[in-house]
Amino acid sequence: MNETLSPIKPPSGWEYHSTEKLALRGGRLFDPSAELDEQTDLIIEKGVILSIGAIPDGWNGEVVDVSGCLVCPGFFDMHVHFREPGFEHKETIRTGCTAAAVGGFTGVAPMPNTNPAIDNPGMVRFQQEQALGLPVDLFPIAAITTGRKGATLTEIGELRDVGVKVFSDDGSPLVSSEMMRHALEYTRMFNLVISEHCEDMSLTKGGVMHEGSVATRLGLPGMPSIGEEIPVERNIQLAEFTGGRLHIAHISTAKSLDLIRRAKDRGINITAEVTPHHLTLDCSLLEGYNADYKVNPPLRTVEDVEALIEGLADGTIDAIATDHAPHAPDEKEVEFISAPFGMIGLETAVGVVHTRLVSTGKLSLSRMVAAFSTAPRAIMGLHEVNLKVGQAANITLFNPDEKWMVDREQMLSKAKNTPFHGWKLTGRTRGVVNRGMAWIRK
Amino acid sequence: MNQVRFNHLLGLEGLSQEAITEILDSAEVFLEVLKRPIPSVPSLRGVTVANLFFEPSTRTKISFELAEKRVSADVANFAASGSSMTKGETMLDTARNIEAMKVDVVVIRHFAQGAPHFLAERINASVINAGDGSHEHPTQGLLDLLTLRHQVGQLDGLKVLILGDIAHSRVARSDIWGLKTMGAEVKLCGPATLIPRDVDLMGVDVTFDIVEGLSWCDVVIVLRLQMERQREGLIPSMREYLRTFGLTRLRLEQAGGEKIIMHPGPMNRGVEIDSDVADGPGSVILRQVTHGVAVRMAVLYLISGGERGIE
Repeated sequence: MNETLSPIKPPSGWEYHSTEKLALRGGRLFDPSAELDEQTDLIIEKGVILSIGAIPDGWNGEVVDVSGCLVCPGFFDMHVHFREPGFEHKETIRTGCTAAAVGGFTGVAPMPNTNPAIDNPGMVRFQQEQALGLPVDLFPIAAITTGRKGATLTEIGELRDVGVKVFSDDGSPLVSSEMMRHALEYTRMFNLVISEHCEDMSLTKGGVMHEGSVATRLGLPGMPSIGEEIPVERNIQLAEFTGGRLHIAHISTAKSLDLIRRAKDRGINITAEVTPHHLTLDCSLLEGYNADYKVNPPLRTVEDVEALIEGLADGTIDAIATDHAPHAPDEKEVEFISAPFGMIGLETAVGVVHTRLVSTGKLSLSRMVAAFSTAPRAIMGLHEVNLKVGQAANITLFNPDEKWMVDREQMLSKAKNTPFHGWKLTGRTRGVVNRGMAWIRK
Repeated sequence: MNQVRFNHLLGLEGLSQEAITEILDSAEVFLEVLKRPIPSVPSLRGVTVANLFFEPSTRTKISFELAEKRVSADVANFAASGSSMTKGETMLDTARNIEAMKVDVVVIRHFAQGAPHFLAERINASVINAGDGSHEHPTQGLLDLLTLRHQVGQLDGLKVLILGDIAHSRVARSDIWGLKTMGAEVKLCGPATLIPRDVDLMGVDVTFDIVEGLSWCDVVIVLRLQMERQREGLIPSMREYLRTFGLTRLRLEQAGGEKIIMHPGPMNRGVEIDSDVADGPGSVILRQVTHGVAVRMAVLYLISGGERGIE
């Protein structure tokens, strides 16, 4: 993509660096896909990785000390909501991409549930243009059906021509099995992906949280686990039948995981993602009716959380995605049943996963990095990003030892609806390098 | 005199046996007050109570208003309608307005579960939950306990059957917590579509056989069945409901005779309960209503500090 805008300044506390001649000194280069784990320097020239190894004497470029940091392939979030066009008071592409960069992501894929929906090439181009000048690649996900109404397929071939890799009707999952069949058949021609929010709305209608003992005590209408699991299985069957490429968004239950595991064992070409909140939070947190915990799919049980962590560790779940879903404070701060679903996640994802899963030994560092970087790019069919000489520099800098506290008031996202406010985390993004620019925290 | 500190009354879940006993003991005193020729006391003089009813209610609203007047509180009624759902004032603005008007106690009835909790977190006034969606209705639970304590003396070991639409009932939840805390045994009976999932984890049994439930219990609390349950496809018809789960004279006889019969009102005669049972010898339904005023006087008294004494 051509850069037509001059680089946008990073937020306060962050410094902009050109990558004309930039050396990252003393970091731990960590790239599982390249079997690289070495403490050394990395030199970038004209946005491309020039060399890996000690900075030579007499080198005259800019040097940034990144000792103590992991230097990883750029992280990618394949499931975000940036609300533009239509709901710019919640988030814009600019504020969303800024939050992404600060959270350590050099690429994002926003869902098409905007107003109007992203269902034609003009809308895709509009979104792409809003991200120019930022160190974040934006790959819009386009709607499967026009207006996300489930009736007619969008012009998938044309959308592919403007760079769309993934299609989804997001929170309006395809009710008709026949439509899902056609979507998988049609996208298969172009090697494109269907990302499906699996929810049987007839089972979850009116529900606001996971159905079970907590919902029963709170008197809140529930969303049963089978509301997810039945469409997961239906869509697996359709993927097997059509040979289409199905990606299952934000799985939340142990049984969904089991269905995916068995399907993969049968050799069906499906992939899955999980969110940081489904890996760390359970439905007992809803006891105080705090709408910051209201999300769809809902927070499930402790047993589900444990199963999902295992599934991520063993590779059944391919990728971590935030489902970053910003809402304005006055929209969230209402009676629980009236509040919209969703929580933001871009600025906390890496720290939360590192603190709760990696530091505790439940997930290896290499699995975490893969699930945040190479896996989502592979699922979407994007070009590979790794730390190899000659590659465009697309890098996330992450300090695994830095301790910090999540403060919603400090967030760069327009929205503040995080369930992690006040959490003490170990591990924090230090910077990102992408598209010829570097944003590095002072 | 009071041992337990009450800031708010949001539900009976988690309320201790001592706290419940103290409310019931105070309510006994107020019951005596209610029998006097001039049935009021100056306990809450100078205290301002706001009644915030976001949902239509006749008897609970009247009961609270009477209770407030009989403890000499200053009463303000907010004809609250609408919510963020219907583009009216948001709960947050409502809370801020109440705060600005320096109200001491807020009594709130709301269709949304957790609305009283939302208020309690955001205002300094004490909050009394007068029913929040299908969550809790703690003063109803307390008046049921008071009625039963009057009727049988001892709640410990009492066997209580709650009959009907448990899933949508705030009364059921408050009754379950209150009764369990006071040592009673609770069994639920109703159509499987109206029994919420994992309800046994609240420490209750479930039966789908009304005669079995009736044979087991000392007391039946009959719940109102909303007509909309049929429209929602949760029960086939009102007629079938009466035939399968309705409390009839015949069923009581099959189960071995008289029970104490309670109902939070308003009743659907001929749907969940037959008239000859509602008006029969075991019915304490009208006594519940009287006790409701006394219990609410006690809650208002304790929540506003109880410093002045009842007299």
